[in-house]
Amino acid sequence: MSPQVRVDRDRCVGAGNCVLTLPAVFDQDDEEGLVVVLDPEPPAAHAELVARAVQLCPSGAISVAGD
Amino acid sequence: MRTEELPLFPFRSPDDDPFTPVTSADRDRLDAPVTRVRLPTGGWTWLVTRHADVKQLLRSDAFSADMSAPGFPLLRLLPPQSPQNRSGSFIRMDGDAHLRLRRMLTAEFMIRNIARIAPLIDDVVERSLDAMRDAGPPADLVATFALPVPSLVICHLLGVPYTDHAFFQQRSGILLDRSAAPAQVHNAIVELRGYLSDLIQVRRTDPGDDLISRLAVERVATGELEPDELVGMALLLLIAGHETTANMIGLSVLLLLQHPAHLAALRADEDLADGMVEELLRYLSIVRTGLPRLATRDVEIGGHTIRAGEPATALLSLANRDDDVFGDGAGFDPYRQAHQHLAFGFGVHQCIGQPLARAELRVALVRLARRFPGLALAADPAKLPTRDTSIVYGLAELPVTW
Repeated sequence: MSPQVRVDRDRCVGAGNCVLTLPAVFDQDDEEGLVVVLDPEPPAAHAELVARAVQLCPSGAISVAGD
Repeated sequence: MRTEELPLFPFRSPDDDPFTPVTSADRDRLDAPVTRVRLPTGGWTWLVTRHADVKQLLRSDAFSADMSAPGFPLLRLLPPQSPQNRSGSFIRMDGDAHLRLRRMLTAEFMIRNIARIAPLIDDVVERSLDAMRDAGPPADLVATFALPVPSLVICHLLGVPYTDHAFFQQRSGILLDRSAAPAQVHNAIVELRGYLSDLIQVRRTDPGDDLISRLAVERVATGELEPDELVGMALLLLIAGHETTANMIGLSVLLLLQHPAHLAALRADEDLADGMVEELLRYLSIVRTGLPRLATRDVEIGGHTIRAGEPATALLSLANRDDDVFGDGAGFDPYRQAHQHLAFGFGVHQCIGQPLARAELRVALVRLARRFPGLALAADPAKLPTRDTSIVYGLAELPVTW
């Protein structure tokens, strides 16, 4: 099973580090500028950048479950 | 140790070296990664200097950013403040009150929307380079290029007339100067708020395609946002939007002139710009006085307990040189992976305008390198005037020739 990318929009502050890091997986919605996940089960090749997005998120809004 | 015996904060760069954030004498006095330092306002603060500890502090909900609370680590005394003069200043708010206002702005500054204004940034940079060319050689790069670029862009985004830039730049300089007298700060706040309040009134009836107009029409007119709150939000964006990027451009150019191989590489290959900008953000860390907070409950940072009611200051500049995260943190290496830098802060207050700052820096440095291949310093680099008492560090002037 692929890792599941989860985001907490209640925590998100829209700084956009995740979109800068991995735009194939993360985006921000037009209305509020808060995180949306484009691909909740990204290919293994993206694992390192997903981990980086988790690490760079200033508000701790991104997590990865399972592997 | 008694407070009077503690090292005095904020620290300064050596007089002849704007790239070293803390003199070795001051660094030697920091005996632990979390250690007490004395403040110019009479109190003290826990200074937090390691990368991991700074991240933990700034992300923790055990700290408040409300500087009006007793014990908050102030670098200068607060002017007498009415609630009206603080309204909308969400950088100094916590929790839901902060999120409510910040979230009205997040979409405005997200990467996708900044990408849409790329032609504007290009145009502003090119026109500013024209102005610098016409002014010299020699010319002051700060006055002719570094300051106008972000100022023109933020004015356009906010809908603030750039023709008023002398008015608001002079006053925002006072707000950021920790040596300014409280009464002077108070006057600057009142004048800037009055100016923006008048502008918002105009935009409510005659809106343009800009951020202030959108918020005035969509949030203020609907009763969702008080006019004073929009004044405070606009003030924050206006100041942050030009001071920070302007000082990054000035210091970046000085640094690259001292590393001509890196400057030549940037000129030859634009793709180097993104990585170089991250390294410049890390290495220059222009918010040299750090980010102040007040603990609202006991919390352990770096193996050290900070008690409820105690002040703490996250020193971004030293965290960004932490050798455990950035090998040889004191060295400038535009090819390193600098993405973990904390130049934009961390936690819920992390810079909302970072996509804009990155875009402006990238375009400004690439175009400057291309159009002025013979750019050279026209002054002794050890004697350049620096903004030592500003909470946004930088060069007051950068004389260049070509």
